[in-house]
Amino acid sequence: MVTQVTSFSRSGLSDWLIQRVTSVILLGYFLCLAGTLLGGPDYQSWKAMHQTTGMQIFTLLAALSLAAHAWIGLWAVYTDYLTERMLGPRGNTLRRICQLGTVLALIIYVLWVIQILWG
Amino acid sequence: MLQVSIYRYNPEVDAAPHMQDFDFDTEGKDLMVLDVLEAIKAKVDASVTYRRSCREGVCGSDGLNINGKNGLACITPLSETVKNGKLVIRPLPGLPVIRDLVVDMSLFYAQYEKIQPFLQNSSPAPAIERLQTPEDRSKLDGLYECILCACCSTSCPSFWWNPDRFIGPAGLLQAYRFLADSRDTATEERLSKLDDPFSVFRCHGIQNCVNVCPKGLNPTKAIGHIRTMLLNRAT
Repeated sequence: MVTQVTSFSRSGLSDWLIQRVTSVILLGYFLCLAGTLLGGPDYQSWKAMHQTTGMQIFTLLAALSLAAHAWIGLWAVYTDYLTERMLGPRGNTLRRICQLGTVLALIIYVLWVIQILWG
Repeated sequence: MLQVSIYRYNPEVDAAPHMQDFDFDTEGKDLMVLDVLEAIKAKVDASVTYRRSCREGVCGSDGLNINGKNGLACITPLSETVKNGKLVIRPLPGLPVIRDLVVDMSLFYAQYEKIQPFLQNSSPAPAIERLQTPEDRSKLDGLYECILCACCSTSCPSFWWNPDRFIGPAGLLQAYRFLADSRDTATEERLSKLDDPFSVFRCHGIQNCVNVCPKGLNPTKAIGHIRTMLLNRAT
């Protein structure tokens, strides 16, 4: 058992499952947006759609899914390439900086989406 | 005339690895890659170093990177791999080179050791043997045939980047071989050691392992079965 404290859920199985569920949510959300855009909506109907409670919850769900999906995916990329094996001791420092920066950015994005939706 | 290019590195005299070219006359025969290596070693340069043993695809000693694809030199015919009259032979990628085409397989075996590749059964041993139904025995087909040549694990980028933490396709194929065995009772202990972000879940399913396995096995499918077992156990 390899221990990890910076992965999204600390569990490989849980991360794997979350990544698949969030990808389905994101697919559904972007298909919904694409379907609406193909219908050629004007600004008023586009705004009205995003002011419905259902769409606001769907948008927040998509933003949370994107954050979880990106955290898991980028964490895997960082632990592949930004490692002591690949870059020497500075790999450890660089990896932690990137992990921290990614998590902070994702939290900011989610809070920003909340502000846009209900602010 | 076949142009053979072989990776050479002797740490006692070479500052860095280099490729050495040999012109080789196949005399029109469709030789195996190992035959070419043997002929070069016997007739041209006795210092060319590689592992080989059974020369018939059973022992797994001569796993090499042949024209960019991992395989066993002894069962890879030139007609299958040579294009434009060139044969480029390198050691298996991702493992430290000891000399020329010989790699240090300690990391590979350390991962194999982790999965405890032996039957574990807590019930008293029967007088003769633990029996299995033909159906249960058939579940091991496609798993037990692995010869540990390391062609799969050394073609896997996840194993290149994390050979100390990702078990790799060869080890995971064997992990499932024991998880699927009706005579093994350590399923829970085995699974509990695999539920971390690296051991199994570094597999992203790109199937390089399936593409190169000289025995035609499917480690990606076995890894999928392990994931399903972990999921069923935890949900």
